[in-house]
Amino acid sequence: MNVQPSQTVKGKDRYKSGVMEYRKMGYWEPDYEPKDTDVIACFRVTPQDGVDPIEASAAVAGESSTATWTVVWTDRLTATEKYRAKCYRVDPVPGTEGQYFAYIAYDLDLFEPGSISNLTASIIGNVFGFKPLKALRLEDMRLPLAYVKTFQGPATGIVVERERLDKFGRPLLGATVKPKLGLSGRNYGRVVYEALKGGLDFTKDDENINSQPFMHWRERFLYCMEAVAKAEAATGEIKGTYLNVTAATMEDMYERAEFAKELGSCIVMIDLVIGYTAIQSMAKWARRNDMILHLHRAGHSTYTRQKAHGVSFRVIAKWMRLAGVDHIHAGTVVGKLEGDPATTRGYYDICREDFNPMRLEHGVFFDQPWASLNKLMPVASGGIHAGQMHQLLDLLGEDVVLQFGGGTIGHPAGIAAGATANRVALEAMIFARNAGRDYVNEGPTILAEAARSCTPLRQALDVWGDVTFNYASTDQLDFVPTPSVAG
Amino acid sequence: MRVTQGCFSFLPDLTDDDILTQVQYALEKGWAVNLEFTDDPHPRNTYWEMWGLPMFDLHDAKGVLMELEACRKLHGDKYIRLSAFDSSHGWESVRISFLVNRPPHEDGFRLERIAGPGRTQRYEIRGYGLDRPEGARYR
Repeated sequence: MNVQPSQTVKGKDRYKSGVMEYRKMGYWEPDYEPKDTDVIACFRVTPQDGVDPIEASAAVAGESSTATWTVVWTDRLTATEKYRAKCYRVDPVPGTEGQYFAYIAYDLDLFEPGSISNLTASIIGNVFGFKPLKALRLEDMRLPLAYVKTFQGPATGIVVERERLDKFGRPLLGATVKPKLGLSGRNYGRVVYEALKGGLDFTKDDENINSQPFMHWRERFLYCMEAVAKAEAATGEIKGTYLNVTAATMEDMYERAEFAKELGSCIVMIDLVIGYTAIQSMAKWARRNDMILHLHRAGHSTYTRQKAHGVSFRVIAKWMRLAGVDHIHAGTVVGKLEGDPATTRGYYDICREDFNPMRLEHGVFFDQPWASLNKLMPVASGGIHAGQMHQLLDLLGEDVVLQFGGGTIGHPAGIAAGATANRVALEAMIFARNAGRDYVNEGPTILAEAARSCTPLRQALDVWGDVTFNYASTDQLDFVPTPSVAG
Repeated sequence: MRVTQGCFSFLPDLTDDDILTQVQYALEKGWAVNLEFTDDPHPRNTYWEMWGLPMFDLHDAKGVLMELEACRKLHGDKYIRLSAFDSSHGWESVRISFLVNRPPHEDGFRLERIAGPGRTQRYEIRGYGLDRPEGARYR
């Protein structure tokens, strides 16, 4: 679609007072070749009826960098050409009328080093409310190596987390304490103890457990850490519980995190809704205090789920790896929450690889180097159970936390039995995979064999064996892999 | 009490044939297999005694089993773990680790509670066996 050549007006005419089309102001530069140090964004642009897609895309470049609605003479006091974001490519979205992928390059000097807030204030700032657009979605970003290097990255990372926990070769197992609201501290700790003693590695506060009338935060922390210590003694294994330190102010969060540390917790948790600056502050705190930092992506679906407007979760995952959290909820594919296999695979790769090649069939629009930044552990949570273990291992791999909340606590023989069922299912599946069995197809057989010597697993399979959540995904990919001719 | 460290502690104890399949997997990945033993299985005891160096140049799973047999002859009353180390960039750590021997009787751990300020308590986990000297704990 790069048919329209640059229409940038040059010389003094460019700065005549009045309103000028964005493409004439230098925001549409089809011949521009992005530099290795440029930040690149790919937007899905839906122009209002009658608005030219190139002009709309140039406007996105303008409004997310230097432009305002009219020409200003003060531009001439600056190196404007450098600071102007440049839209250099606009492609129609395959199979979708009226939507376009706009590729926009931003000079590195537009951004403060190591600040997600600054990056996002430009890229998803004013521009998302711009009237000539019906909708706008940030699909992906290429963060240049030079910018990646200005961020701390995950405080602990997958490898060091495994070393600290002394757990290798299998996904980690967790469960969110349920019911998520209403338990007293003492009752809450009971769930933690049973689940950890039964075989889980972690339990987790839910996103909205902070400090409410039914359980103030210190009660929860004290009882939970007693449960962790007792479960460690009962099993000889390191255990943890994600203590949610999300609070109204940074001071409150630091106070809660410090208390968790004093009590010997190896992990704390925060919610995405605390904001990018608070997340980065907590990531630095976690690095300073030998703490693993779990992020619950509370709130993300308000802007990630709809295809035409918002921010893709793959971009949030990139920001969070830069920001420095150690765990992020990234979808289950087979569970109760949004996510098709290919898109979810894209998210997982962003979390765990040192280099992401462009892979449109996974929704990844750019090559992305990670410059040896720590790896971020994805967390699969929401409507998964032991009967899906072969699928989970196949789709999500080994470096993931599998969280079975209902699938642990809802077990007919109790929480510890639920935990044991999950752990046995997992170990049996890992063993079978390593031993060379076709575990994906033989999954149900492998589970049935393991259940022969494990009553809790047999009960779990009886209750949940057939539960599935088969709904079409709202956020599906635009690109399908081209079948290879030889294939 | 059963220490549940490692990848397969919730399965019935692995037979030597079972262990062979997992060693084969590790060797095919290019990882170096390593044997370690201890009679102090505290969860934070990182450094178990090494049974020689990691077997960087051993590519035959049966050879690893022979080493394990030799290790068991001397340390059969202790915990022995088999791990595999991946030296590739970005990992450079253990990839899999599981127990391949347990003492005939597992003592377990005592949880000590030390009162702290307010309602806080400090917890200490102590292996019951630790009252006896190293080497004589599970005899």
